Amino acid sequence: MPDHASAWDLILSGDAALFAIVRLSLAVSLSAVALAALIGMPLGALLALTRFPGRPILVVLLNAAMGLPPVVVGLAVYLLLSRSGPLGAMGLLFTPSAMVIAQTILIAPILAALTRQTVEDLWIEYRDELGAMNVGPFSRVTTLLWDARFSLLTALLAGFGRAAAEVGAVMIVGGNIDGFTRTMTTAIALETSKGNLPLAMGLGLILVVIVIAINAAVWGTRLWSERHVG
Amino acid sequence: MRAPSSDLPLVLENVSLRAGATAILDGLNLTITQGAPTLLIGPNGAGKTSLLRLCMGLTAPSSGRITWGGRLDRAPTRRAIVFQRPVMLRRSASANVAYALAQAGVPRKDRASRIADLLQRVGLAELAHRAARRLSGGEQQRLALARALAREPEILLLDEPTANLDPAATRGVEEIIQMAALSGIKVVMASHDLGQVRRLAGDVIFLLRGRQHERAPARDFLDHPSSAEAASFLRGDLVI
Ligand SMILES: Nc1ncnc2c1ncn2[C@@H]1O[C@H](COP(=O)(O)OP(=O)(O)O)[C@@H](O)[C@H]1O
Ligand SMILES: [Mg+2]
Repeated sequence: MPDHASAWDLILSGDAALFAIVRLSLAVSLSAVALAALIGMPLGALLALTRFPGRPILVVLLNAAMGLPPVVVGLAVYLLLSRSGPLGAMGLLFTPSAMVIAQTILIAPILAALTRQTVEDLWIEYRDELGAMNVGPFSRVTTLLWDARFSLLTALLAGFGRAAAEVGAVMIVGGNIDGFTRTMTTAIALETSKGNLPLAMGLGLILVVIVIAINAAVWGTRLWSERHVG
Repeated sequence: MRAPSSDLPLVLENVSLRAGATAILDGLNLTITQGAPTLLIGPNGAGKTSLLRLCMGLTAPSSGRITWGGRLDRAPTRRAIVFQRPVMLRRSASANVAYALAQAGVPRKDRASRIADLLQRVGLAELAHRAARRLSGGEQQRLALARALAREPEILLLDEPTANLDPAATRGVEEIIQMAALSGIKVVMASHDLGQVRRLAGDVIFLLRGRQHERAPARDFLDHPSSAEAASFLRGDLVI
């Protein structure tokens, strides 16, 4: 990316570096949302449907984990993946994979906590009907997740928003390497520190527009399918 | 799949249900067998809903014993219930029935024709693809009946299925219930509508404050109640 260009010039000229950054940002954050959903949603549903000693403490901790500071998560993943760390041999540090791992850890608690609340509320409503149909534990989880799907979309969006917006974790474990691990947010941080404020602002605007577009698309889908499926 | 064993007779032996210190149901002895519908009547708070939940096996009695076809196992294999305010799954009407069929162990390949049959039976064939939660109260009640019938129950428990319906919707629901009863399903139904009792009941169980005050063939009960409380309930006096 040429240093003196504004973000607008870059968009109009179809700047390859800019599109690579946008593509990587989306790929990392969307992969993290997908992984976090696979891990967090079933766990959240399980927590909603089980009762055991210490459960309230777990719920509180999980809710608190929604506010995990990205730099702390980044640091923890850094220590895990660094050459001398337990997973150092995998050579993942400063790769997009490391960034996906860090963001997954960051947003899995958000998806788990929001799923727990949503599923628990729905369970109160469905308990008798499912009991009367003799629905087993596994089907209960899948039924509740499916029937809560519209509310869970909002949880997914919250997770995506958090992943797309954070800079601390991807910066630490990705390293902001030009053309390899540079994302929208790390590029904005870099350009700001270089004093290239118009470019930083422009990149920021692009990021906001992308996030809004994705939210609008998801919301449109939700409205459409609610009307047709209920 | 379906258990070969029967859920009938349904027998309650000295069954009580308590919430803390208060007795919701007290010392009930009941046997429910094949036959015309049994109507559970009594004022609000008499314990009708609680008794139906016990009969379904959704709650366990505080004391006493309930058996289904001689078994203590509470898993509801050959019975179904329609709650007073049935909860529609967030799916289409036909998907609600499909779900009930799947849970009852009906193989996937047989479901489409069964869904069509069941929706036809409750008069909802036209609304198969409508979101269930957007159906009217009467339509939801009929869909709940279709879901219950999907289980091919021997015992069908109904909790005031027409309480919130207008006369036309009530008649629709009563016709479905009558057809179910004629097809050999044992209907046990809570109601506080005496006209409905006259139309549907084979026999009547009169509950008051958690106790069974009377059990009699419907005609006898309606025309010659044996207890003073039942007589004043039938006159429409306030019985508490
Ligand atoms: N879970 C419960 N805890 C405490 N009291 C209950 C509970 N369920 C029902 N009751 C009480 O038991 C009585 C019978 O209720 P219910 O079975 O709903 O009566 P009905 O259906 O005849 O109106 C009511 O006084 C009700 O408040
Ligand atoms: Mg009731």
